[in-house]
Amino acid sequence: MKKNILTINKSTRSMLFTYTLVIGAFVIIQLLRTFKDGGVGAVLEGQLIPICAYVTMALALNLVVGISGELSLGHAGFMSIGAFMGCSAASALAGVIPSAPVRLAVAMLVGAALAGFFGFLIGIPVLRLNGDYLAIVTLAFGEIIKSLLTNVYLGMDSNGFQFSFLENRNILGEGSIELIKGPMGVMNAQRISSFIAGFVLVVVTLIVIFNLVNSRTGRAIMAARDNRIAAESVGISVTKYKMIAFVTSAALAGAAGTLYGCSQVTFTATKFDFNTSILILVFVVLGGLGNMWGSVIAAAALTVLPEALRQFADYRMLVYAIVLILVMLATNNPTLWNWYARFQRKKAEEKGGAEQ
Amino acid sequence: MSKFQKEPVKLVPVPSTNKIPERDIDKSPILECRHLGIDFGGLAAVKDFNIAIGRTEIAGLIGPNGAGKTTVFNLLTKVYQPTRGTILLDGMDTNSMNTVQVNKAGIARTFQNIRLFNNLTVEDNVKLGLHNHIDCGMWSSIFRLPKYWSSEKKAREEAMELLSIFDMGYLAKFKASSLPYGAQRRLEIVRALATKPSLLLLDEPAAGMNPSETAELMETIVKIRDTFNIAILLIEHDMSLVMGICEGIAVLNFGQIIAKGTPDEIKNNPVVIEAYLGKQKEA
Repeated sequence: MKKNILTINKSTRSMLFTYTLVIGAFVIIQLLRTFKDGGVGAVLEGQLIPICAYVTMALALNLVVGISGELSLGHAGFMSIGAFMGCSAASALAGVIPSAPVRLAVAMLVGAALAGFFGFLIGIPVLRLNGDYLAIVTLAFGEIIKSLLTNVYLGMDSNGFQFSFLENRNILGEGSIELIKGPMGVMNAQRISSFIAGFVLVVVTLIVIFNLVNSRTGRAIMAARDNRIAAESVGISVTKYKMIAFVTSAALAGAAGTLYGCSQVTFTATKFDFNTSILILVFVVLGGLGNMWGSVIAAAALTVLPEALRQFADYRMLVYAIVLILVMLATNNPTLWNWYARFQRKKAEEKGGAEQ
Repeated sequence: MSKFQKEPVKLVPVPSTNKIPERDIDKSPILECRHLGIDFGGLAAVKDFNIAIGRTEIAGLIGPNGAGKTTVFNLLTKVYQPTRGTILLDGMDTNSMNTVQVNKAGIARTFQNIRLFNNLTVEDNVKLGLHNHIDCGMWSSIFRLPKYWSSEKKAREEAMELLSIFDMGYLAKFKASSLPYGAQRRLEIVRALATKPSLLLLDEPAAGMNPSETAELMETIVKIRDTFNIAILLIEHDMSLVMGICEGIAVLNFGQIIAKGTPDEIKNNPVVIEAYLGKQKEA
């Protein structure tokens, strides 16, 4: 039998659809930007890199919430670490690596590594426990990181790095750069993020997540989610696999943070607060737990939506909430699902009739 | 000889905890419990539990509800840590091991209330049983190195081979939760067997089955023993199954073994009859 799109299994089909969706959207947007006057419009143009960052964030969080079944309420914290440390690395390396894309890649690796390291530290005690502890600890972690980064002063001169906490006691010599300026946050000399870099990050994230999920490791992660006791009874170390999922997710969130940070002229730690964590969780829940293309669409749409709703001025967040509620009602509506199922059946019958 | 069969074992004298089948008598028992016990608060849920199981024995553990049978399974698989006593698996003390390590050492089990990985396919459930026999790390998976492809191919072949032994090959692509009850029970046994154990623990395998299904299950259990050459310890309330296939039976009541012996000995034991039916009134 010939292998066509309908005979391959559901998870492979969903994976192919996600890649097609992301690559297709990228090609269309790039074509519009290149060949059309005014490109994709000023509103969308300014949102392209944040969209990529939030799509990556949603995918990363979906790995924790959807695939490994743990709730994280502090993913903005990892994004924050990635943004601060990644941008600092990018500024510090400005003289060493002249090529902006390479510098961004290195900065992302630094951001990802540090965020992953913090994920690992949190995971050691928490992932041994059963229940909602991870949600509580990550919630606190997000707030702690925000408070800490608000009080960090990091500078660099020809002698190396200088660090001080609570007040700026750094005495910087000649050729100095102030990397992090406490409550003022980070000031980027140049914005090295680009839409292409964002697209590459999203694709890399998809590859990492899909390859991980469709493997021995991914199976073990999902087994630990479905039934912890049964997983242990067949010799799967639940803590280890929950840790792999959580650290991978934190590292990807760090890279997304670097991408976001390097696209802004300036940003502060308060940008990555509890609301941001919840916003990312909303992307994941709206897109569907464990559903990667759902996360991509939800993150992209809900990042653009607040900008698109500017005409409502003061009522913007009200309309935003109403749209969210309507979408959630629609996607969970049994009548709508039944109608869709009937439609599908009818189509299958017509097809079956044609073949006879 | 199938690759799932165990190598022949060395000769070691048998401790005299209880009788094990003639054919296993010249080998050491696969499992031996000595004075095993656990307290929950002030309650001794299991006390002074002694048992020995032969290499290829089918043994039964019976007793009224709440006697502590499942607790014994949970002790053997280290879901609970024993308060007292030792468990020797193939002569090795499992005291310092956890559930995962006990499984790697050779004990696999099924559960009274079925515990499958419901959102995964039948094939994936079996592959998860094979987890520790697949050699492929996280990085090989992420970068799709040649090791990933070869190990996945091997895992798929082994999973399908196991499923076909139980005539479940055609169900491989279905979600585990979509299977009928009997098939779910069988899948749980296949998953346990995939970990390549030397001792299989079955917790009420015939629960919820009708007489013909139970008869089929009895054949399956004997087939497992003969194909894989392993020991099986089962908890069961269905006496036709226990008396039909078990070679040694231990009866548990209020956490203590009240009788041990062959099916015929157990059937006629007045202490066992009393535990199940109550004391006969004096005439």
